[in-house]
Amino acid sequence: MRLLLPFALLLAGPASAQSNVPPPALADTQLPDPAQERSAKALMETLRCLVCQSQSIADSDADMAADMRALVRQRIAAGERPDQVRDWLIQRYGDYVSYDPPFSPASILLWATPLLLLGIGIVLARRSLKRRRR
Amino acid sequence: MKRRLFWVPLAAFVAVAGLFAWMLSQEPDRQVRSRLIGQPLPAFTLAPAVPTKPGLTTAAFRTGQPRLLNVFGSWCVPCAAEAPQLAKLARAGAKIDAIAIRDTPDKVAAFLSDYGDPYAAIGDDRNSSVQLALGSSGVPETFVIDGQGRIAHQHIGAIRDEDVPILLARLKAAR
Repeated sequence: MRLLLPFALLLAGPASAQSNVPPPALADTQLPDPAQERSAKALMETLRCLVCQSQSIADSDADMAADMRALVRQRIAAGERPDQVRDWLIQRYGDYVSYDPPFSPASILLWATPLLLLGIGIVLARRSLKRRRR
Repeated sequence: MKRRLFWVPLAAFVAVAGLFAWMLSQEPDRQVRSRLIGQPLPAFTLAPAVPTKPGLTTAAFRTGQPRLLNVFGSWCVPCAAEAPQLAKLARAGAKIDAIAIRDTPDKVAAFLSDYGDPYAAIGDDRNSSVQLALGSSGVPETFVIDGQGRIAHQHIGAIRDEDVPILLARLKAAR
């Protein structure tokens, strides 16, 4: 009996918290204009799925991510720039919704640390090289 | 000088490890709150989610009376769990409207007959567009809308018994 359990589980339908209607068409259908589709896809990869917070909406199977993909494609198809769509979402959900953190006092270390470390490395390297030459 | 420098990496390591230990022991706040608190409700017009009730438009929230806007889905288990508390709020005089997320009329009607119907109007938000415009990140959520149609408060997750007086107080304050 215990041996059969994995197979029984395979047959059982997954208990689903997903909703009653199929996702909107634009959630999983590419836009006819390849350039628009490319920018929509690039934007989706940098937007956070809000119910599965470690995935982008491009990667997530959640209903809400599907609805957000549809929203992105709709707005891009209507002629909005990707930045405008991102800003619209940030207005509602905060910077958290974006995987592309803006430059702000809170994120200055994030952007400046690599340069800072590079600077320190150059200084250290110079010093030790000088010492060796002597 | 050299001696002291020798300990710097270890000190740095201990500091970073301590920071990690402290942050890992904190309960993370995974709630994504709407940034629209204090701002007007986004304009929307939603068709009725069930034939027996009116749909929902932004105009319904500019009547001078504060109202609750409940975001729910008949497929959502916590939404069924908060139904008794919504009924309690309605009995206490709260006016409650709802938007049904990704739902069908028959499923919504079945949900209402199973768990009770505290709603004045229910809008059909089939592709979550109004939910996204509200900055709502899941179901259930309940917004307190003041008499001028501004978002005064957002309650994330199911309404529990202890949340009922809090929401009533928020409604009173939003007059």
